[in-house]
Amino acid sequence: MLELQDVHVYYGGIHALKGVSLTVEEREIVTLIGANGAGKSTTLRTVSGLVRPRSGKILFEGKPIQNLRADQIAARGIAQVPEGRRVFATLTVRENLEMGAYCRRDRQEVRADMDRVFHLFPRLQEREKQLGGTLSGGEQQMLAIGRALMARPRLLLLDEPSMGLAPLLVTEIFRIIQEINKAGTTILLVEQNANQALRIGRRAYVLQSGEVVMSGPAAKVAADPEIRRAYLGG
Amino acid sequence: MVEIIQQLINGLSLGSIYALIALGYTMVYGVLKLINFAHGDVYMVGAFAGFFAATSFGWGFFPTLLFAMAVAAVLGLLIERVAYRPLRNASRIAALITAIGVSLFLENLGILILHPDPRAFPDLIGLRTFEIGPLLINNRQLVIIGTSVLLMLLLHYIVTRTKMGKAMRAVAEDGETSRLMGINIDRTIAFTFALGSALAAAAGVLVGIYYTRIDPLMGFMPGLKAFVAAVLGGIGLIPGAMLGGLVMGIAEVFVVAFISSSWKDGVAFAILILILLLKPSGLLGRAAREKA
Repeated sequence: MLELQDVHVYYGGIHALKGVSLTVEEREIVTLIGANGAGKSTTLRTVSGLVRPRSGKILFEGKPIQNLRADQIAARGIAQVPEGRRVFATLTVRENLEMGAYCRRDRQEVRADMDRVFHLFPRLQEREKQLGGTLSGGEQQMLAIGRALMARPRLLLLDEPSMGLAPLLVTEIFRIIQEINKAGTTILLVEQNANQALRIGRRAYVLQSGEVVMSGPAAKVAADPEIRRAYLGG
Repeated sequence: MVEIIQQLINGLSLGSIYALIALGYTMVYGVLKLINFAHGDVYMVGAFAGFFAATSFGWGFFPTLLFAMAVAAVLGLLIERVAYRPLRNASRIAALITAIGVSLFLENLGILILHPDPRAFPDLIGLRTFEIGPLLINNRQLVIIGTSVLLMLLLHYIVTRTKMGKAMRAVAEDGETSRLMGINIDRTIAFTFALGSALAAAAGVLVGIYYTRIDPLMGFMPGLKAFVAAVLGGIGLIPGAMLGGLVMGIAEVFVVAFISSSWKDGVAFAILILILLLKPSGLLGRAAREKA
């Protein structure tokens, strides 16, 4: 469904991605782990068009997207839950969700999806008219995920969804990610919290200094002694 | 006391004109973080578009108003496309200098094509003055205040109820995340320019009706004052521009009535200095939050 072929990204003089290649198959959860600054977020930002690769190809459903604008890529069916949630603080919860559905014209279906999001996150319905900025961190994460779902994406990119959340909430978020995946959405998940992320992923890639240093079934990656030492705390 | 209420009425009419212009400054600043110094000149072009609609076509108030707003909206789109869009990734100072350049261009083009002499704006609304007790209020003031209120309600509807309006607020808050939603930033910015320019043109027509004189440099001082009004209310905040405009209008009228008419323009800049010293984020602004 998604294929990166030898993608190089530069930030000014910094070579942030040094030929990253990876694939995500339909209906998979693929986990991308790595240390801070390894290029995980950059990979997602490149897929969603916020960053342009200098060279390499990105194919989505067989078509190259590396030269499209971010809004065009979103319209093709890729949604992103950005790092740090990036909820619209001055828009209400409902308006945030509406923005998620910006590309869609099927009004009735959008309304049904909003009900679905409210069913998934009842807290959001309670706070429907509140401004995004007044929500707690966990609620904002739910809103960011709900907002991405409103696009009815075929591919969902999640950038550190567990960041800054209490352990119980992290478990809840991971449960919901699996639920979303079971309902048919393909997921590419970036996480610092490698333990849980590898548990829900089918396959995993390990990124180090802008290069893929390991890949394979998530369980196998999680069992690798080197990976255990570097990312899983022993 | 009567005098104060009388001046309040006068101040409200002037203030609603400033508010209409200030809205364009603040909305464009919201989405582009640019002070569009050519905005006052768009207001001037709007006044002239109204002038020609009324004199050449012999149109009445409402068609004239709509025509002027449409002309200015197109001009706003044109300015954005030609002058600002190519600088989207340039430094902010480059865009600001360009804005000043566009302003000078429009003013001098106006002088060249329209002649620098003031023209008498056609009498679209025959002057009638009502006495309410000791207060004097004329129908032009009522039209100005009424039209402004109507336009601001319309703007409020657009910004809170329509998809484009909500997208405008989203882009103003976080452009990058807006793009992830599939929002086309360029189109949203263009829409913002059209909207702000149309409001400025409405102000131009209303001023023509109120002061009955227009000229190619008429946009300079009201443009600056409306900019101060936007800063006073809190730049980027739509309710701030409305409030700032009204406060500015009332302050100006009061200073003229009770102190000296030579302070007419000075008061605006005194307010600017005060607000920058005391509350730089503006009356309705909260201290700037840094985005992560």
